[in-house]
Amino acid sequence: MSRHAGGYSADPRVRAVEWLPWVVALAAFFLLPEYLSLGARILIYMLYALSLDLIVGYAGIITLGHSAYFGLGAYVAGILAAKAGISDPMVQLAAAAAAGALLGLVTGAIILRTRGLTLLMLTLAITSVLLEIANKASSLTGGADGLSGVVIAPILGMFKFDLFGKTAYLYCLAVLLVGWWVVRRLIYSPFGTSLTGVRENSLRMHAIGAPVYWRLVLVYTISATVAGVAGGLLTQTNQFVGLNVLSFESAGELLVMLILGGVGRIYGAFVGPVVYLIAQDLLAKQFPEYWYLGIGTMLVLVVLFARGGILGILDGLIARLRRKA
Amino acid sequence: MSAALETRALCKSFGALTVAEKIDFRLEPGARHALIGPNGAGKTTFVNMLTGVLPPSSGRILLGDEDITALGQAKRVKLGLGRTFQINALFRRLPVLDNVALAVAERRGVAPRMLRAASAHPDIRDEGMALLATLGLADDAKQRILDLPYGKQRLVEIAIALGLKPRVLLLDEPAAGVPSLESHRILEVLDRLPSEIAILIIEHDMDLVFRFARRITVLVQGEVLVEGAPDEIGRDKRVHQVYLGEQRHG
Repeated sequence: MSRHAGGYSADPRVRAVEWLPWVVALAAFFLLPEYLSLGARILIYMLYALSLDLIVGYAGIITLGHSAYFGLGAYVAGILAAKAGISDPMVQLAAAAAAGALLGLVTGAIILRTRGLTLLMLTLAITSVLLEIANKASSLTGGADGLSGVVIAPILGMFKFDLFGKTAYLYCLAVLLVGWWVVRRLIYSPFGTSLTGVRENSLRMHAIGAPVYWRLVLVYTISATVAGVAGGLLTQTNQFVGLNVLSFESAGELLVMLILGGVGRIYGAFVGPVVYLIAQDLLAKQFPEYWYLGIGTMLVLVVLFARGGILGILDGLIARLRRKA
Repeated sequence: MSAALETRALCKSFGALTVAEKIDFRLEPGARHALIGPNGAGKTTFVNMLTGVLPPSSGRILLGDEDITALGQAKRVKLGLGRTFQINALFRRLPVLDNVALAVAERRGVAPRMLRAASAHPDIRDEGMALLATLGLADDAKQRILDLPYGKQRLVEIAIALGLKPRVLLLDEPAAGVPSLESHRILEVLDRLPSEIAILIIEHDMDLVFRFARRITVLVQGEVLVEGAPDEIGRDKRVHQVYLGEQRHG
């Protein structure tokens, strides 16, 4: 599971080990039927984290406002289902994607002219503004009470969402598979390689004639689209939308998951949410008052001792074993 | 015949501080031209204006017949103006090959492609490898810049610029930081650069300047003090006073 980077001599073929997450996800479906709703949540966060890895890990855009696109996707799907009577999940998902893309394009075009702290503050501002709009427009969004009455028709007219979350789990897994395929392909493409160039040295990218700003706006839009889809999935599996999807805490939590898993590695976006959300689930049951302490300790340890996240630690171990062998 | 690169009455001031004062400069096609001057003479400002990093306060810049004064960096690169950096500006965690391939891909318009893998573009890789081979870097293609000795990093700096196939190449202190024992490696590479490229070199290493350049411009306090062939410059008393004296014996 080493670092996945594009490049003109990188082999883009899917390695055997890259099928492991999918095997594990399917095994979990059959072996842990009572955890499918947590499972679906984890799959959704994987897609969400994958969208973040694309901009943070590969393009080097640091953000604390990715919840804007996730939350917008969640609300668009929710409002269509609860207020507009559009219950087809594919249409809802397409609308969530389009909304994420549009907001990503417009906001990206504005904020990506800046860098560093200014950019970070602007990303925060965007999600804060959206949160306030969602809070005030309660006739549409349900405001602080949340949006309920979300009706979802069977997927493709065939697969009904069941009480045990079986359909939802497999549905999320299928959408994640598509998202993963798109992101992975992008990273290995010339476009993805040029993004890595921007991350490594944007000054030089300008000097070799790259339209850096437009490349960033484009990848930001793609990332926002994927985040919008993830938000739409959350609405469909929960059949409810709460204001917290737009909160800055949710964006921060996502960043924590990605750092925990490993930034700029694709699969860090898989490992992070699994570890974080399972730890949250376990710790919250055992120590309802202290579980944040556990998460915090984990993050401090990773940041201090393992900058590559959990996958970075694994890489180090594998490299050591190989040297001994 | 028009110059490869030309400035007309180029000025730059930051408030009351004038760092470029009516610089008229011509770089002929295929030139091997050096720009020298003591620290603070305005050499870097001049290069930054040529490449589009800094807008001039007044004056014009022409690349061939084209007025590029108002164009951004990327447009100038597309028109054939390449540069290297005094302090390495490399993609440090990427392999040497990708450092060059990124430039080649931009030039060929491949860089925005999303559908096929980068490695499914063997033409880009082959051109990058061929370029590395001419600079004696073929064996280092897979190394990351981080793991490369400093002298070789300086060569990658040049390789990236050559990947753009420039008509005009600005070399900002190509031997900066390289021990003088190794700077002959840089000079060898410079000597073998395609003769059709017009080259302007900004350099402190006077041995390198006098061996490489066929024409020298001396910049002092933002103004052109004198321009001429190396032997003329070497004999010029004013130049000795402001520059060569302190450099050679200081």
